[in-house]
Amino acid sequence: METYSLLASFAQTGGLLIFIFGFLLVIAYALMPSNRSTFDKAARTPIEED
Amino acid sequence: MASIGASPVAPGKRMTLGEGGSALAFAALALLSIVVAAKAWEAAYAFHAYLFAAGSVAAVFAIMNRYNERSATLPPQEIDGKPNYNMGPVKFATVAAMVWGIAGFTVGVLIAFQLAFPALNFDLAFLNFGRMRPLHTSAVIFAFGGNVLLATSLYVVQRTSRARLAGDITPWFVVLGYNFFILIAGTGYLLGITQSKEYAEPEWYADLFLTVVWVAYLLMFMLTLRKRKEPHIYVANWFYLAFIVTIAILHLGNNAVIPVSLFSAKSYMVWSGVQDAMVQWWYGHNAVGFFLTAGFLAIMYYFVPKRAERPVYSYRLSIIHFWALIFLYIWAGPHHLHYTALPDWTQTLGMVFSIMLWMPSWGGMINGLMTLSGAWDKLRTDPVLRLMVVSIAFYGMSTFEGPMMSIKVVNSLSHYTDWTVGHVHSGALGWVAYISFGAVYCLVPWLWNRERLYSLKLVNWHFWISTLGIVLYISSMWVAGIMQGLMWRAYTALGFLEYSFIETTEAMHPYYVIRGLGGILFLAGALIMVYNLVMTVRAVKPVAEAEPKSPLVAAE
Repeated sequence: METYSLLASFAQTGGLLIFIFGFLLVIAYALMPSNRSTFDKAARTPIEED
Repeated sequence: MASIGASPVAPGKRMTLGEGGSALAFAALALLSIVVAAKAWEAAYAFHAYLFAAGSVAAVFAIMNRYNERSATLPPQEIDGKPNYNMGPVKFATVAAMVWGIAGFTVGVLIAFQLAFPALNFDLAFLNFGRMRPLHTSAVIFAFGGNVLLATSLYVVQRTSRARLAGDITPWFVVLGYNFFILIAGTGYLLGITQSKEYAEPEWYADLFLTVVWVAYLLMFMLTLRKRKEPHIYVANWFYLAFIVTIAILHLGNNAVIPVSLFSAKSYMVWSGVQDAMVQWWYGHNAVGFFLTAGFLAIMYYFVPKRAERPVYSYRLSIIHFWALIFLYIWAGPHHLHYTALPDWTQTLGMVFSIMLWMPSWGGMINGLMTLSGAWDKLRTDPVLRLMVVSIAFYGMSTFEGPMMSIKVVNSLSHYTDWTVGHVHSGALGWVAYISFGAVYCLVPWLWNRERLYSLKLVNWHFWISTLGIVLYISSMWVAGIMQGLMWRAYTALGFLEYSFIETTEAMHPYYVIRGLGGILFLAGALIMVYNLVMTVRAVKPVAEAEPKSPLVAAE
């Protein structure tokens, strides 16, 4: 029970925050204007190989 | 270039560490297998030990032969500044996929008709539904689907990284080892060896062997990515990597068993009771999520843009839906255990995550479909592209149906009925098989260096025949499943169950026959495909040797 409540309380607080924060980072990475050219180029990868 | 001028005596030809090491390892495995075969407690297990021994001895011979016949240096990474792609293992996996596919579809048709006409098991133990059913599921998911994933992943990672596959022995070990695992698993089911976990039936020794193969696959994939010439890792490779890594974790978690003895096939799971059930469906649903979804989305992200000759519709969306899919899928498993001993909150959590999954799933569907913007007209002329687009539509449909069925009140009607079977097959036949067919139709002319497919008309026939088959399959299962669910919960005015179980079974009969016919059509389509592919390799002209690439003008 001790281990269970320890893990459960972490999952419900810290774990939740880590996942939310991590996903916000993903969105920021995807939407960052400075990445636009990289992504535009990457989107053409399959059709531009040799 | 320096290698061409090597001295005629050919000194300096030495066995690599990989060749020597793997030959020794296989020799040791052969020895161990013979000892196990001699002392095995069960005949079926002894048979498997002999198979391992034969396979290992064959591997030692193959490695030594290959060493004797090769030149002093290993194949170069690049030839004339172009990557020297390693396509041998890709070809093997492509052929294996089609062979296993036909076998798996055939067994599927057999068990569909066994349900309608039970006498079709001919009273033979190895033709019993209980043994044929895992043979069917493993053959289509792991043998057909798995080989398609191996072939496409090894192709795509090389092409999008512009680098030769890492390793020399490893690519062959991964492809042949994986297919050897399939052989062990399949013959095991026929002989009655199973650990009774859905989609994870093979026993401990097969699981251990697969673990080694899978780790080699992961390392080879990552080392190839490390050699890439492009700074950015293309999104298809992210999906492949997520598939490989997650399947490794799932496989280890759900196969945590203790064998009774080295000399027995039998083992016991370390988890028990409802924990075991939860681990099983954490595994089971993520096999759907990461094997049948992430891996095949990777195929979509390479082959659809390539065939349509259009860039990915939104690369940003691909990143966001990738991570959303990864974060959410892993929690959805409990929806397989609604109204069981699993704690209520866990069931609700599984349901909520399943509903949230709808969003990233449709993100992928939208991205795949919209990649065709500006090229929609190709659907009229290119049946291969049509196969892939219909597969994405089926993906959208079954990822809508799935979350809906995970809602507890809907599940109370649908669970344990044939509605579930219909849902699975709209995903498996419509999404997984169609995107695979599309990819293999693309791959075969590329790999065998052929100008085109033998016949687009036959692709058209394949498309329409198998689409009709899928429609028969899923519509009959919807009707059958909902009817079954309603009959099970029907009460009389006095509070007794209105129907006995056998009455519900009798009512299913016509739908089972229709489903079987759908299966025959799907199998017929696949046979047309195999004929078309064989003829592509045998009868179509090879592509003319690479002339300096010029825009096509004034062709004859």
